[in-house]
Amino acid sequence: MTTHKSYVWKLGADIDTDALAPGAYMKHGIDVIAQHCLEAARPDFATKVQAGDILVAGPNFGIGSSREQAAGVLVHLGIKAVVAPSFSGLFFRNAFNLGLLLLTCSKAEQIQDAEFVSILPTGIERADGDLLPFQPIPDFLMRLVHAGGLMNVLKLRSLEKLHA
Amino acid sequence: MSQTLAQKLIARASGRSHVAVGDLVTCKVDLAMFHDSSGPRRLKPMLKELGAKIWDPSKVVLVMDHYVPAQDADAMQIVQIARDTAKEWKLPNVIDSEGICHVVLPERGHLRPGMMCVGGDSHSPTGGAFATYMFGIGATEMLGVVVTGEIWVQVPKTIRMLWSGRLQQGVCAKDMMLHMIARFGMNGGHYQAVEFGGEAVMALGMQERMTLSNMSAELGAQVGLIAADDVTSAYLQSVGVKQKELQHASDWQGDQDAISDDFHFVASNLSPQVAAPHSPANTKPVDEFVNVPLDVAYIGACTGAKLEDLRAAAQVLRGQKIAKGIRLMVAPASARDQAQAEREGVMQILRDAGAQVLANSCGACAGYGATFEDKATVISSTARNFKGRMGPASVQVYLASPWTVAASALRGRISDVREFL
Repeated sequence: MTTHKSYVWKLGADIDTDALAPGAYMKHGIDVIAQHCLEAARPDFATKVQAGDILVAGPNFGIGSSREQAAGVLVHLGIKAVVAPSFSGLFFRNAFNLGLLLLTCSKAEQIQDAEFVSILPTGIERADGDLLPFQPIPDFLMRLVHAGGLMNVLKLRSLEKLHA
Repeated sequence: MSQTLAQKLIARASGRSHVAVGDLVTCKVDLAMFHDSSGPRRLKPMLKELGAKIWDPSKVVLVMDHYVPAQDADAMQIVQIARDTAKEWKLPNVIDSEGICHVVLPERGHLRPGMMCVGGDSHSPTGGAFATYMFGIGATEMLGVVVTGEIWVQVPKTIRMLWSGRLQQGVCAKDMMLHMIARFGMNGGHYQAVEFGGEAVMALGMQERMTLSNMSAELGAQVGLIAADDVTSAYLQSVGVKQKELQHASDWQGDQDAISDDFHFVASNLSPQVAAPHSPANTKPVDEFVNVPLDVAYIGACTGAKLEDLRAAAQVLRGQKIAKGIRLMVAPASARDQAQAEREGVMQILRDAGAQVLANSCGACAGYGATFEDKATVISSTARNFKGRMGPASVQVYLASPWTVAASALRGRISDVREFL
């Protein structure tokens, strides 16, 4: 976690996996799907988003499909974290497995669109200095984030096996 | 110490006598299912990069159901990768273009009470109908499973949905689920274990129970369990599971005094339910939507086109013709279910009524291939009506039971099936 200020893209409640990774493009690679990420909810998002930005949403972010491309497109677009009052459990697992940080924050919706916030170990610091706490994340999930996802953890594991 | 069914299943898979809610445990996986979309095309490059092999091919089931029949060259390539990989990995269990994964898996006797299973698809909780702890995971986590044979689980709380009484004729498991999703919301299950019970649930056949477990996904539960009983054992025997494997099947139920959050429902009070666009949680009784004009009536998907669903539709459509101007499409969930429906005369009734019969695949429900035309208003027996899922964002999808879809096809408008029975 860093004190760097991140630009906020604010979304509503119930952002589903079809909105993040539309089915019509699922046969393509992550670069193509990413161009259509959130095109129904925020048509400007995929073209204007910059690496290091964060998403802030209402409850139930990521409901729907098991398609991990829904988290993969956000990683591909350089999203640093998603902040929401609640997430789909399946999306939650997928995101951490791809190294995407999700912060469960009951007051997420106080954050405004286009605001700059900092993610601190103690919470999310708003532009006005207000600190919004988020639920603690188990260590093994933070290790996935730091490693850049489960794939990298498995690579290390197979290397360790080789040298054991 | 008393345990819920979910706790007992996790305890067994993690090699413990007891687990407590909140415990983080590693479980041995008894079966991993993936399909043409979530499986080989994603797993193969990652396995190669790791230089790893599948831990136990006999515990893997590959199903081609999402991109079949292939609509274009890209889809054809995805299916070809799956077929080539099946040979390369010497997978003994491959079900190709014979139906939807969640239906063919139990149909081939792959699920049994007590097992710990994962599926590369969000409707994997369908397996819970067999007192199997089965849940959906993404492709990277599936990679972890096929390399290690293990998965982590945080022991969930159990939320029991207890249905007393008896359903009215023309009201079914789909209506029960839509009603519960409206009440609790699409994330109301909080990724905990939902368990369905009560006399109205235990009176259901296996495929209706599967519909309950299937739509646990839309409740946001990790699993949707139903205790094993004689109905479970009878079904499993009918699909070739040996008697001796089922001797302890009925052990797979929660202890009477185990702690759970219980909610009570009266089945006889439930009317047919309809979910308005664009969420399954937008559900109200059918009378709120009667007379909404329709372009398409769709009976499909693991949720709503199993044999019991086809029979329900046929009971409404027998000897009748669908309304002018509406299209009725039926995509039976599996080839075996379709063949049985054919033997029973069910398919003939559907065709005579004017139904167009489609392939045994996910079809329009997944939204990966053929979808509905611009601005179409659709009533569908599937699980999700998210904006843009089954076609352009202008498509309006109402969700309902196969009974209600069939009745609505007869009038060309959303209708109360009870007027037809």
